[in-house]
Amino acid sequence: MEAFHNIKTVAKRELSGYFASPVAYVFIVIFLLLAGFFTFMVSRFFAGEQASLTAFFIWHPWLYLFLVPAVGMRLWSEERRLGTMELLLTMPITTWQAIVGKFIASWLFLGLALVLTFPLILTVNYLGHPDNGVIFCGYVGSFMLAGGYLAVSCMTSAITRNQVVSFILSVVICLFLILAGWPPVTQMLVQWAKPWLVDGVAAFSVMTHFDSFQRGVLDSRDLLFFLLVMGFALFTTGIIIRGHRAG
Amino acid sequence: MIKVQNLSKTFGPKIAVNDISFEVERGEVFGFLGPNGAGKSTTMRMVTGFIPPTSGSIKVGAHDMLEQPIQAKRLIGYLPENAPLYADMTVHGFLSFAAEMRGFTGEAKKKAVHRVVEMCFLESVLYQAIDTLSKGYRHRTCFAQSIIHDPDVLVMDEPTDGLDPNQKHEVRALIRHMGEKKAIVFSTHILEEVEAACSRVLIIDRGRIVANGTPDELKRKSELAGAVSLLVSVHPAEEVRAKLSPLPTVRRIAVLKAPGGGDIVRAFPKAGSKNGELARSVAEVAAQEGWKIQELHTEEGRLDEVFRSITLPETTQEKH
Repeated sequence: MEAFHNIKTVAKRELSGYFASPVAYVFIVIFLLLAGFFTFMVSRFFAGEQASLTAFFIWHPWLYLFLVPAVGMRLWSEERRLGTMELLLTMPITTWQAIVGKFIASWLFLGLALVLTFPLILTVNYLGHPDNGVIFCGYVGSFMLAGGYLAVSCMTSAITRNQVVSFILSVVICLFLILAGWPPVTQMLVQWAKPWLVDGVAAFSVMTHFDSFQRGVLDSRDLLFFLLVMGFALFTTGIIIRGHRAG
Repeated sequence: MIKVQNLSKTFGPKIAVNDISFEVERGEVFGFLGPNGAGKSTTMRMVTGFIPPTSGSIKVGAHDMLEQPIQAKRLIGYLPENAPLYADMTVHGFLSFAAEMRGFTGEAKKKAVHRVVEMCFLESVLYQAIDTLSKGYRHRTCFAQSIIHDPDVLVMDEPTDGLDPNQKHEVRALIRHMGEKKAIVFSTHILEEVEAACSRVLIIDRGRIVANGTPDELKRKSELAGAVSLLVSVHPAEEVRAKLSPLPTVRRIAVLKAPGGGDIVRAFPKAGSKNGELARSVAEVAAQEGWKIQELHTEEGRLDEVFRSITLPETTQEKH
């Protein structure tokens, strides 16, 4: 109960911080513009004549690759730079409550940006008869993907006071998570690695798990994958912060 | 309220805090004095639970900071060095956040915020963004945060740093006032602050405690303490020195140029001489000889002299 209160208080502060600065508005506008651009101009949504949002979701791993680290890069680096981490962690709160609170705030913010793409659902439903179950699945997958990237950004932001370094590190790690299951990379591995290793590396890819959501499959293993990525990254964040404090 | 035992902290090969022990009771204002880099901030960060000590124990109230950090932190209000704040929030938003983190909700939260806003004179900037505030207001906002839950223990790292003289005066008065009911620890490198606000002083240097006592006790350690100074302008100082030197109470005589003209003849007492004994004998001689004396007083000893003599052991001291 008290843990919940603490997490909620931290999350509320963090979220209000987004909307007190232009960050939130700039992010939402850019996200919606880019999502629209890729869906309609690059994927040629109308020319496809299909009542589905595949043309929309297919871009998310790449869109998030840059936009999510932009949201997450300040999470802890800013706290360290301003010294507010000292303020926050000397209040009666555990480190993990602070980490989870800040993470949830940013994740909800990304969720809000995602919800604002709802006109697309209205559009496909107006134009045809899509499988809304598949669309729902797609949104769940997209939200989980955003959470996974965000947790990674949270971790890199704890490493450094410098937001630019934090941004670049998390883009690189997220890129690795995408590319691990990308055919050119797996084919390169096949040349010299054993099949189980290739499959193992590919299993780390967010793409394979993200794709099954897009096909309308809500598999607990895919959900678990993203939850584990988040859990691992946030746990590591805790270790890094503890390391800074111990000196 | 605070009990620190054998506290040490090392950063790699560097020993920041070396085996420090002290206790602070309710009603005490405990001044932490030391040159920059002496380990003051590191000690405070350990006491408030921000960084774990390498060894030693910290007890706040009945709770051990390492075993029950949440319970211990509840008792503490903390003003970190440089008063860090969430720059994008308003003063009201920030104080509401602090109140919620301390467990206040609803009406109680409003009351707690209102109380500190009045105490710290923040009404006029209540809905202003923190990054638009002047340093004085920012400092007061962070201070307000530290007392929002009316803590039993207040830890402040250089609470008057960067304030103008009026604000410094206000903060010191506030510290003295609150020190009647709380246990207060604050660090500073300003000596007048210690004299103005502290009931007890701890001087640390290079991570070690080098002195511990009331400001008066420390002043008495000064070489100057108990010396009698005479300001003479008509008589040659050397004649005065010759007459005073044979007195049984005098250990040594020094002659200085007074800033306004004339000479200051300063007689240092023998070790173990009684209070006022030296002054009486000097006054008697002066009366017998008929010297024209503009001023005669007993030196109290100066904290800055004590501070320098114990934190700068290698350099030879100026002789007064």
